[in-house]
Amino acid sequence: MTAAKPRKWLARLLLALLMTVTLLPFLSMFTAALAPSGSYPNGLSWPDDPQWSNFAKAFEVANMGRLLVSSTLIVLGVVPVSVLAATMAGYGLAKLTGGRNKWIYLVFVAGLTLPFEAVITPLYYEVRAFGLLNTRFAIILPLIGLYMPFSVYWMRAHFLNVPNDLTEAAQLDGATRWKEFWLVQVPIARPAIMSLTILLFLWTWNQFLLPVVLVRDPSLRTMAGALGAFQGQWGTDVPLLCAGSLLILAPTVLLFLAFQRHFVAALLQGSVKG
Amino acid sequence: MNHGTLSGGTRLRMSRLFPGGKSQKARATAILFVLPAFTAYAVFVLAPLVMSLYYSTLRWDGIGKARFTGLANYVTVLTDPDLLSIIGNAFELVLYFTVIPVLLGLAVASAIRGHMAGTFGTLTRTVLFLPQVIPLVAAGIAWSWMFASTGLVNQALTAIGLADWTRGWLGDFDFALPAVGIIGAWVLLGLCTMLLVTGIAKIDPSLYEAARLDGARPWHEFRYVTLPGLRQEIGVCITVTVISALASFDIVYIATGGGPGITTMVPGLEIYRLAFAHRQVGLASALAIVLMVLVLIAITPIQWYAREKK
Repeated sequence: MTAAKPRKWLARLLLALLMTVTLLPFLSMFTAALAPSGSYPNGLSWPDDPQWSNFAKAFEVANMGRLLVSSTLIVLGVVPVSVLAATMAGYGLAKLTGGRNKWIYLVFVAGLTLPFEAVITPLYYEVRAFGLLNTRFAIILPLIGLYMPFSVYWMRAHFLNVPNDLTEAAQLDGATRWKEFWLVQVPIARPAIMSLTILLFLWTWNQFLLPVVLVRDPSLRTMAGALGAFQGQWGTDVPLLCAGSLLILAPTVLLFLAFQRHFVAALLQGSVKG
Repeated sequence: MNHGTLSGGTRLRMSRLFPGGKSQKARATAILFVLPAFTAYAVFVLAPLVMSLYYSTLRWDGIGKARFTGLANYVTVLTDPDLLSIIGNAFELVLYFTVIPVLLGLAVASAIRGHMAGTFGTLTRTVLFLPQVIPLVAAGIAWSWMFASTGLVNQALTAIGLADWTRGWLGDFDFALPAVGIIGAWVLLGLCTMLLVTGIAKIDPSLYEAARLDGARPWHEFRYVTLPGLRQEIGVCITVTVISALASFDIVYIATGGGPGITTMVPGLEIYRLAFAHRQVGLASALAIVLMVLVLIAITPIQWYAREKK
């Protein structure tokens, strides 16, 4: 066991290096954000006269207040409905159907690796036919559908692990089963539901392709979608762009820091199962 | 088995119904539970997918009359030199998105092996997951700034006496694509590292003890204990990173827009450009279907590799 100590320090050194590489782009953005607006700052240098007002200015020109509201509305439109539909379907597929209906599950799973780009063109025409183009529903409704393969897969995997005794103990038809679902199944599924909620929240909040294609007005988009428009408009003003980007990524980072443990668990499990 | 209030007869019938769910009533209940999810999926994924297939056989500008052209769009996708090099770009990105995070992740995981507890562990996890939490667009903007002519990359090169090497990386015909690749590697590095670190901690330590008693060198230990033990995690890392390379959009859109020329253009962005800027809906849809199939072809062998022996 003599090798343990140097090994531990080597590991820490490597990790410290990795962390530095991860943090440098953020730091570089931060120092650039403090340089005078419109100037050309250097990669990583503390400005003589830090312009904290850049953040206030970026908040204003990026219309951050409205963006926060817009992103929140989109998340509220997508996540609860998706989680509920997926929990029901996951339960239905794991507990109520037998081998003959396995194809339904397979149809869901077939969508797991589907790149959103593969359906974005017809989605545009479909959403337009529904008269929803340039509204938040243009983002909300398609995302619910697009998230179903992963969400259903995830919830079904959870329900498969619930022992059958439990379902049999409260076993009845129709309305009673609905009650059993809410009173027995949903409470046990809470950890799986929690992780799914976190993942869907992140994916929705950070969604870029759909807002860019389906919603022209940046103030009706997600934060990430609006960032694209912000870059188009202020791309030449490095300090302002950096300040705006930091503001736009702040909400998820703050939530992540607050619920670090849950996020890490969700992201790790999410990729293992996905 | 505790059925409480259920009578003997009911119990018998129930055990026949579940979990097989063959009776009419149980079937109806099952359908009701699955219906909302399936409707959303059918309307916003399956239907568009069928439409994509249909569009891909058309010559259509999205407004006027469409003309049926059979497989002509697919022939174009698979023979046009520009489109082929765009597809090639996506595969070149795999080199960066996949190879760098997986190799570095493996190196770190084998070096750490279990030393991830305590405050330092929490700190590491938090920091390494940051790129997963922020929008890819933000990563694109951060790195556009890193790679800018006055950015940190050039500043560092100058500091170590390589001022000759400095350039506007994302505008350089030779280096733009690798630069985009580095952005993806940065985003995925932390996730892969954490997956592999978590995976290696689950390998039975006695395997390493046994290897050491047999006089195994570190390389042998890695080759015969670590690699087989991490099979599943490596499979996951490769799957996730290959998909994000082949289907990349956000990073390229923000960092280069596909330029200079088409040196960093990728299928995802080209679909968007063809369909909405050039109004070649048919060709865009054919490329979309090809992209979807390419992802499937790339992923399938990895899935086989990961499942084997598990």
